[in-house]
Amino acid sequence: MGKKKNVKYWQNFGEYTSSDASKVKENVEFPNSLLFEAEESAKEGKSFLEKPAPRRDFLKYVGYGTAAATIAASCKVPVRKAIPLLDVPEDFVPGLSYNYATTCLQDGQNISVVAKVRDGRPIKIEGNEECPITKGGTSATVQASVLDLYDGYRLRYPLAKGKEATFEEVDNAINGALNANPNNAVLLTSTINSPTTLELIEKFLAKYPNSRHITYDMDFEGATLIAENEACYGRKYIPAYRFDKAKVVLSVQCDFLGTWLNPIEYANLFATGRKIDEKNPQMNKLIHVGYLPSLTSSNADDNFVMKIKDTKYFLLAVYNVLKGLPIDNIIQDSKQKEIVLYVAKQLNDNKSKALVVAGLHYNKFRVLVNAINDLLDANGNTIDWSTSLNAYKTVGNQEFQALVDDMLAGKVSTMFFYNTNPVYSLRQSDAFVKALSKVNMKVSFNSKLDETSVLCDYQIPDHHYLESWGDVELKSNHFSFLQPTIYPLFKTRQFQDSLINLLGYNTPYADYLTEYWTRKLGSQDEWHKTIQKGIYYIDKPGYAPSVQSKAEQRLQEILLSWVDEIKKIDSNKFEIVLYKKIGVPLTYQSANPWLHELPDPITRATWDNYALMSPQMAKNELGIDISDRYQADRYETNPKKPVIQIDVDGQSFMLPVLILPGIASNVIGIAMGYGRGASSSVNSEVSTDSTIEIAKKRLGPGVAAIGFNIFPVLKNSNFDLWLQNVNIKPVDKKYKVALTQTHNSYKNIQYGDRVEVAKEMTLADFIEKPSEILEDREKEYKPYGGLERYTEDATMYHPYDNPGIKWGMNIDLNLCNGCGACVVACVAENNIVVVGKDEVARYHDMQWIRIDRYYSGEDTNNTKVLFEPMLCQQCDNAPCENVCPVGATNHSSEGLNQMTYNRCIGTRYCANNCPYKVRRFNWADYNGADSFPDNQREVLSDVVMYMNTDLPRMVLNPDVTCRSRGVMEKCTFCAQRLQQGKLDAKKESRPLETGKDGKWDVKVACQQACPTKAIVFGNVNDKDSAITQVRKDNPYRTFKVLEQLHTLPNITYLAKVRNATDVV
Amino acid sequence: MTKSFKVFHKPYLQLILLCFMLQHSISSMAQDGKALFIQNCASCHAIDRQLTGPALEGVLDRWPNKKNLYAWIHNNQAFLKTGDKYANDLYNKFNKTQMNLFPFLTDAEVGAILKYIGDYKAPSASADGGGVSPAQEEAEQRDMNIVYGVLALILAVLAIILMQVNANLKKLALDKEGIPAPEPLPFWKNNLYIGLVSVILFLMAGYFLSKAAMGLGRSKSYQPKQPIFFSHKVHAGINQISCQYCHVDVYQGGMASYPSQCMNCHLAINEYRGKEKIYDAEGNEVNGTNEIKKLYSYFNYTPGQTTPIDYSKATPIEWVRIHELPNFVRFSHAQHVNAGRIQCQICHGDITKMDEVKQFSDLSMGFCVNCHRTTQVQFKDNGFYSMYTKYHQELKNGVLDSTKGITVEQIGGTECGKCHY
Repeated sequence: MGKKKNVKYWQNFGEYTSSDASKVKENVEFPNSLLFEAEESAKEGKSFLEKPAPRRDFLKYVGYGTAAATIAASCKVPVRKAIPLLDVPEDFVPGLSYNYATTCLQDGQNISVVAKVRDGRPIKIEGNEECPITKGGTSATVQASVLDLYDGYRLRYPLAKGKEATFEEVDNAINGALNANPNNAVLLTSTINSPTTLELIEKFLAKYPNSRHITYDMDFEGATLIAENEACYGRKYIPAYRFDKAKVVLSVQCDFLGTWLNPIEYANLFATGRKIDEKNPQMNKLIHVGYLPSLTSSNADDNFVMKIKDTKYFLLAVYNVLKGLPIDNIIQDSKQKEIVLYVAKQLNDNKSKALVVAGLHYNKFRVLVNAINDLLDANGNTIDWSTSLNAYKTVGNQEFQALVDDMLAGKVSTMFFYNTNPVYSLRQSDAFVKALSKVNMKVSFNSKLDETSVLCDYQIPDHHYLESWGDVELKSNHFSFLQPTIYPLFKTRQFQDSLINLLGYNTPYADYLTEYWTRKLGSQDEWHKTIQKGIYYIDKPGYAPSVQSKAEQRLQEILLSWVDEIKKIDSNKFEIVLYKKIGVPLTYQSANPWLHELPDPITRATWDNYALMSPQMAKNELGIDISDRYQADRYETNPKKPVIQIDVDGQSFMLPVLILPGIASNVIGIAMGYGRGASSSVNSEVSTDSTIEIAKKRLGPGVAAIGFNIFPVLKNSNFDLWLQNVNIKPVDKKYKVALTQTHNSYKNIQYGDRVEVAKEMTLADFIEKPSEILEDREKEYKPYGGLERYTEDATMYHPYDNPGIKWGMNIDLNLCNGCGACVVACVAENNIVVVGKDEVARYHDMQWIRIDRYYSGEDTNNTKVLFEPMLCQQCDNAPCENVCPVGATNHSSEGLNQMTYNRCIGTRYCANNCPYKVRRFNWADYNGADSFPDNQREVLSDVVMYMNTDLPRMVLNPDVTCRSRGVMEKCTFCAQRLQQGKLDAKKESRPLETGKDGKWDVKVACQQACPTKAIVFGNVNDKDSAITQVRKDNPYRTFKVLEQLHTLPNITYLAKVRNATDVV
Repeated sequence: MTKSFKVFHKPYLQLILLCFMLQHSISSMAQDGKALFIQNCASCHAIDRQLTGPALEGVLDRWPNKKNLYAWIHNNQAFLKTGDKYANDLYNKFNKTQMNLFPFLTDAEVGAILKYIGDYKAPSASADGGGVSPAQEEAEQRDMNIVYGVLALILAVLAIILMQVNANLKKLALDKEGIPAPEPLPFWKNNLYIGLVSVILFLMAGYFLSKAAMGLGRSKSYQPKQPIFFSHKVHAGINQISCQYCHVDVYQGGMASYPSQCMNCHLAINEYRGKEKIYDAEGNEVNGTNEIKKLYSYFNYTPGQTTPIDYSKATPIEWVRIHELPNFVRFSHAQHVNAGRIQCQICHGDITKMDEVKQFSDLSMGFCVNCHRTTQVQFKDNGFYSMYTKYHQELKNGVLDSTKGITVEQIGGTECGKCHY
């Protein structure tokens, strides 16, 4: 902590350099003119404020206002109908929510979930706490998946040759063609883990000779992993990585907390090693080596940034050290050598308790990773071969190439696509499209008219998972089930039913499934119980016998050719690295506005992809030196970012630039999954306005044509998602990127410099002096009666009386990894609006909880990152309450800082006075509740208008008011859940339970969504509640944000502890 | 000013009155045969006439064996299987209509019900309600307001005349004394009068304007025409069917829910044979039997049909919604009726006397909050409130008046965030 005092924490470059803009922000919370808009108006010859509002306009407004008021006043109260259900389902109470267990399917990943169904509509997804894998955890994408059900751009009926048709017509046409030519059919699907579906596919293959089933995922993560596991260990699957058993984890550009394989499970397991017992503090250690920042690198205790070439040498050197071989011939740089020795020592000291994982760009290096894991005795300890993760079974590139060749040669007569979109995501999609035209009949079961579907002859759209029956084998012997939670919205049909139809059976899939599982489980009763629980597993304790490894042997075979290959990498040239973004799945959810508006935890940007580069590269190539405060301001305050032209492999395209610490100096990072249908206007050469319009009509406005599709640029045929020999040059263009990074500043002239918003310390310091933070707080409060009495003694107001309940929350910064699941959960629960890119760029983002990202340290090229969820602190001495002229925000006897929307007149004094900057103002009528649609058209973007149409509005939570224009809003601690929880307890005439013996009446949305259980919520007055327990167990790390202001927050945080030598 | 005072106190007084009634009724619930009868039996049985089930008058005398009767009431289906002749004859006589099962009723409770039936005396026509009905009270109030208004007007005219006379006399007196005095101004030119009148007009206009503005969107006394003339008076009043027999979800859900089980009873009851005539709001007589026929057409049912109702061919009845709160208010029936044990009548008025339902209270925030200030929660009875240890302590040691109990307001029931979120 002594060292810590000097650490500089900064949220953005402006703060880092103490630039003018950041100082302006400190003084004026809501500037009258946004700096960048003022600049633009100045260019037009008039200032933003001087736009004339002449007498005529005034009269117009008065005239219109009077007329409108007259008309509005003469409107009658509408007559509303109350229509009872005719045939009431048993045990159904209208207006109450019911939970149904099902399984969320997305991009080859399957998560057991519970859907909350309200009056026949699923409105919220929660994790299934019965599931032993995710334990009730979710991710941002899982949380957002409910909105996809109400996607107005799903295909609403089957199509035959582009025209609407009935199922019968389409079936007849397909069956006719198949009977005429039954050979050489190909079923191209994403990974299917459903035992019944696989059985059906087998039957299909048996019926049609020479037909094939090929698995192709957007996400190729699994392909080489599985292939290399087979080569090294003779096991063709992904084992269970036991992050909970590992004392040291080395991640080589592997984002297992965010996007790698099964991140919810891994985050959960990893968090078990991060949880600190204050009486006996110890924790695991995460070392990250790589060239691109990710959730994992941000959470690493030690993060070493190096070029791609160096990471490859690094891995080899670590192997050599562990093997006892010299490394001088591999690594010359002394600093690099130091890192290798340090990492190797950490691993070696924790043999059998260490784990090495490598990411997507290391396909060839899997052998090396396997060999290192062998040396560390990881197999059978931190790698469990007894269970396999059933995901990402995509075929290798060669197999796929063979398919394309067959198609070209006319050896494929019929092709079926299910949940896969190769035309969009394949690197040689041109060749694939050409080959596809040689196939006689193409049928798509995709739910949208996407890039592949549109080329097919027949489209039979599949149900959304919330409308489907099904079963999924998550891991070996772990099954999760799907049951419909809503009657299908459109004329769609489940893929399995289509398959049954092709087979000529008569049983619907639901019956087939029931029959299969009744047979397997023994009785109908058992099956009903299972489907209610949603999960069925056979728990096999113990590990598989240690595996025979051939990794060593394989390594020796290819080592020399590798070293040659590495030598050839020119690390002076630029390289492009592709990465998956958290919250932007590659295909199925790419039209989800909630996810697009979720700020990326790393860049804090929304709605786009961009070229990430290091400050050093920006300085050299673009002449932007962000350590210079003027240049930092110029780059940062204006959302219009500089654009570069990138030339690679004879192709050239343009992308806006974001400068980010933690990237290797020659690497440009570009996110995949963007540019659906067409690329955005930054590349006017690639897409024209008309192609963008077409894409918007097919895939949804405001979500299609966002960002740039990088897949077509990948011409090389291996699975390494990186491109070498890249040239870049700045172009005279600017492109708007909506960053939320600079939106909230804690610096303020009243409150002084922002110190200690987040607290962290090293493990060594914590062991040496655990009471450091506690002592600081005691010192702070000494003049006001000490920690015991300060709540009463330090204020002239009467402390609030909480006779029954006092709600409180605790957030463990050690467990929070910044994944953003809570943000989307909050959006879904509380009807938070989507405002669109332009509004986000104007600081009008509306999310109630945000994950603040802090950098620490002076070296902008390699910094440490700290995530801190920030939401309304529900202060007992709230600065916002005192300044409201109409009493719209006031305090409740349960310790809540209440916000009454219908009372608010929109002065925004409260937001000005909030030191935490968690209040959100409705600058426009985002809900469309109060205005005629035409009045919004010019003001709000397409996507906001779309979200106000009938279909997406079905996802709204009826328990929460939709806020209209001119109203302030903020986190309410999910007041609707608290009220419901209390009522449930009252109905049963018992006290409220918040965590006593694992019983919960109330969980707030962010708490329930969190995969690592970093958020604990409950009744502080209850001495048995979970929140009381957590606070009692962690006296030393507990702090409240900005508590020196005496706001008395009801949220406590637990300081982050880094298992590193220094916090920086 | 008298008027505004009255208006302010009116709902207040009624509330106190009704709270009194409520307390009285709750205390007498436990072993009250009448209450048990209304709750369990009244939906199918009346004492003095036949409904879905037989008239119950003299049931104890009819049944050969009291023990058998108890067994029949607890579980009639099981008893039928014993082959008892009387029971099977009865069952066949009523077209094999199944009686509900009451396994949860204790023998003591069944005894209480039977005692009530035995003691029952048909009400005479005049014994209809002892007190003054809210509607009557309201009408009286209105009459009084008119009287007060006319009186005030006469007094005001008198005052002006007197003042004018006074001014004239004053001038005459001055003239007599030889002091020159100006001609008195007529009152319409006198600034004092003009000022006075303007101030009064301004205050009155302001009062009525703000009252009207507050009343926007409120619809007290709203009494729309419903697709079927359903008389609550006949069902809940005369036949004493308990409210939650039709509004089934009132204990569990936020909404009381609208009934869909009309045909449970109306399979058997296909004509209106009540002694009392039914009148709509305009005073026209309504033919009850015709209204039942309307019900049959909604359910696509022909009287005498033996096959069960085909719900796929039925159409739901589109009732006109009467009570509605704005979207930014959260109201839960379960909270009030189940947890709070509030009588329906507190908010809905004496529904048992309404042929055509109208909105009884204005459902304004003032209405809610005033009630929350005075109504007690089930502090001792509901285990939820055991968390309020401080209040329990204070009730014990006398800091809080235990006879007054704990009001909704004391546990935070008047805070914004309890209903607005």
